Amino acid sequence: MSTEPGRAWSDAPLIFERSRPGRRAGRPPRPDLPVPDLPSSLRRAHPPRLPELSEPELVRHFTALADRTFGIDTGFYPLGSCTMKHNPRVHERLAGLPGFRDLHPYQEDEGAQGALELMWRLQEMLAEIAGLPAVTLQPAAGSQGELTGLMLMRAYFADRGEERDTIITADTAHGTNPASVTMAGYRLEKVGTDERGNLDLDDLRGKVNERTAGLMLTNPSTLGLFDEGIEEVARIFHDAGALLYYDGANLNAVVGISRPGDMGFDIVHYNLHKTFSQPHGGGGPGGGPVAVRDTIEPFLPVPRVVQDGDYRLDHDHPKSIGRVRGFAGPFGVFVRSYAFMRAYGPGLKEMSEVAVLNANYVLARLRDVYDLPYDRLCMHEFVLSARGLKREHGVTALDIAKRLMDYGIHPPTIYFPLVVPEALMIEPTETEPKERLDDFVDAMRRIAEEAAESPELLKEAPHGRPVRRLDEVRAAKQPILRYLFDEHPALVG
Amino acid sequence: MSYLSLTDTDRQEMLAAIGVSSVEELFEQVPPGVRLDRELDVPPALGEAELARHIEELAARNVHTGAELSFLGAGIYDHYVPSVVDVVLSRGEFLTAYTPYQPEMSQGVLQAIFEYQTIICELTGMDVSNASGYDGMTVAADACFVAKHAVPDRKKIVLAETLNPQVRQVVKTYAPGFGLEVVEVPHTNGTTDPDRVAEQARDAAAVLFQQPNFLGCLEPAPDLAEAANEAGALAIAHVDPMSLGVLEAPGAYGCAMAIGEGQSAGNWPSYGGPHYGFLAARKDFIRRMPGRIVGETLDMDGRRAFVLTLQTREQHIRREKATSNITTNQTLLALAGLATLSWLGPEGLREVGETCLTLSQYTRKQVALEPAFDASALKEVAFRTPIPAREVIRRAREHGVHPGYALGRDYEGMDDVLLVAVTEKRTKEDVDRLAEVLAEVCR
Repeated sequence: MSTEPGRAWSDAPLIFERSRPGRRAGRPPRPDLPVPDLPSSLRRAHPPRLPELSEPELVRHFTALADRTFGIDTGFYPLGSCTMKHNPRVHERLAGLPGFRDLHPYQEDEGAQGALELMWRLQEMLAEIAGLPAVTLQPAAGSQGELTGLMLMRAYFADRGEERDTIITADTAHGTNPASVTMAGYRLEKVGTDERGNLDLDDLRGKVNERTAGLMLTNPSTLGLFDEGIEEVARIFHDAGALLYYDGANLNAVVGISRPGDMGFDIVHYNLHKTFSQPHGGGGPGGGPVAVRDTIEPFLPVPRVVQDGDYRLDHDHPKSIGRVRGFAGPFGVFVRSYAFMRAYGPGLKEMSEVAVLNANYVLARLRDVYDLPYDRLCMHEFVLSARGLKREHGVTALDIAKRLMDYGIHPPTIYFPLVVPEALMIEPTETEPKERLDDFVDAMRRIAEEAAESPELLKEAPHGRPVRRLDEVRAAKQPILRYLFDEHPALVG
Repeated sequence: MSYLSLTDTDRQEMLAAIGVSSVEELFEQVPPGVRLDRELDVPPALGEAELARHIEELAARNVHTGAELSFLGAGIYDHYVPSVVDVVLSRGEFLTAYTPYQPEMSQGVLQAIFEYQTIICELTGMDVSNASGYDGMTVAADACFVAKHAVPDRKKIVLAETLNPQVRQVVKTYAPGFGLEVVEVPHTNGTTDPDRVAEQARDAAAVLFQQPNFLGCLEPAPDLAEAANEAGALAIAHVDPMSLGVLEAPGAYGCAMAIGEGQSAGNWPSYGGPHYGFLAARKDFIRRMPGRIVGETLDMDGRRAFVLTLQTREQHIRREKATSNITTNQTLLALAGLATLSWLGPEGLREVGETCLTLSQYTRKQVALEPAFDASALKEVAFRTPIPAREVIRRAREHGVHPGYALGRDYEGMDDVLLVAVTEKRTKEDVDRLAEVLAEVCR
């Protein structure tokens, strides 16, 4: 710890550096019985070097780390494709009720009726929102929902005796789509985007054939645009006997407005941590339920939550792809998302309407200052390009992102989707008041002026955070991935 | 109820700025044929107080570990979750942050993940840990994907039958997509025979086993690792973090990777999740690791700083060539693990292990049933029951005691085997009560 005044912000020792031999916080109970011996070949020879701290120091440590972290509770967080909306606090209280928190997953079904009913009701609401009849809650996150969807396609075609080996994705797709394709053992084919930001139908027609298992698509796309040709897209795939998979990352734009099942999709995943407000926790947990058409229902993972008088976990589905995760899914996430959906009810449609209104308002106020690659109204997010500022003043999307931090705003997603150079992907979400949107617009407009007047301000940003820009090349070339105690290298700049 | 913030005036001003007269106009890009022309058929909106009442009613219909004396374990354990965990979980900065893509905004959570990685490496004796996986089941599939690429000429994975059945099920679900075949080695009186592993491992990419195993027995883990290593297969141990104050670290007996379910360290049972899985490896596998990893570096002023690193492994850079498709992981749960293990420290972790060992031994002595296996145990003991174990559970619950897990749910020929788990939250008197109820219902 520094004793120099004014350095508090910049000084956050590692928990191991706060440790002192012999200090401790927790004292587990010790029964008044002799401790038996373990076989010596299995007994631990050297204790793990866990930190040794008293409780006050532990609390200060985590408080100091929280102070150096920016969440939605701190400020505006327009991270495109991540749907950083407010996380209602009543959810934390409800997920922490002993009847949920302390419920063992192997409790007999009759001792878990409330939990099973909550899951069953959540499935019903999710099915209605997707416009598809059957839902599994099991997948742990969106990317696992994707992989589950692809496994379902494989099982569906295997059951029909069809050999299909190719999945088509858009060139605007999230990186998880192609990565999931590989993990599912499929071959990847990419399709282009036309000048309005829709899937290029001519390109598509040339690529869909009897080897095609299906399409993975986000709609609205990662450009924040609803695919105007979606009905024709669905026809092309279904005519070839292939399936359509809906990546639900952008579902927040269309809840109660347009349902993936009605668009022609056969398999849909939801991101409960995006659309349905599970807090993202600095990187998780998430939840990635999957809904399917009745033809694919026999292949869903087990166990499934069913109601026949009582609620129960049903393992008896011989055509099931099996289990993709432990138990019936991340239950605590279900409590939060269920509470969120019950709070809105049919008003979920207004949630999406306001998300789209907020995005279009910010877009309308920024379109004269930044480049807009696809000149349309947007859905819940939009993609600007800093191409012009780069050409004229040498500042990049990264510089703009870093400068936004000095205005107390989390940067948008940058350099994605890949089809837009110097991309800034902005998603305000529905929970922001107009003042916060205006603050962001003012900051973005001011930064565009700064780019012309004093570009070095942007190049060297951020100026007001605990650290400045990092040497990321060093991090990757000489990886230091854990604390090494006495052998820990001292980095020199 | 809603969590929206716009006033009617705001809406009018915003529509005017956009240049449209209504919100409906914004949706003209949605073709009429795919629009929902009715209200969503979901239950009506609730205010916060009504919502809380409704969900409290659902919670009250569950029988939780505080409402009956529970000896359920089988992979999810009722260890004490210390109150420092609340410090982590209740801070909005941790709770409501996204994955730390922008390190200058996220030094706190990045540092915490770096500390978590260090603790996992210390527990397991490994060089590198990722920032967490979904749970103890999916990390096993992740480990198989690493093995597939690390031992590219072999297409087989060997699983000990004593590995958690759900872990085996998840591996089998993933394996066809990876192009891997899965074989299982049956148990011999509750543990895995190293010779049978050696036989199967000859053409295998990896061998996965669990310590302590799902049947509650301590495996000859160093011998299993040696059998795998000698056959040229990767030895992968599935371990319980709360056991590693007393049990040897997998890195110390030659394992290539150590994986496991983190729930026992810092997460409530929560009907199966969310929890965290951990995956740690020797340094040989750093560039094949799945998922997020945080590294230490310097900022431009020479200050220590932390950042997501080795990202060329990951889906958002490598796309179809990535080492995994994972993005969102279980950071918040992993940080609860960091807080719990730091609260315990090395002494506390050893004491938890010793208390479990003591109570499981005491259980073995007090319960008037025949132990199903001879091997030593740490926190679970399997007993033969004179009537089906599921019937024992049903009857015991009528006495307010949940006596454990019926192994016949997963293992043929074990309908009369009951797996009893203890943690440091159970007492000598609790075990006496269990023994009394089991004697009563097995009469």
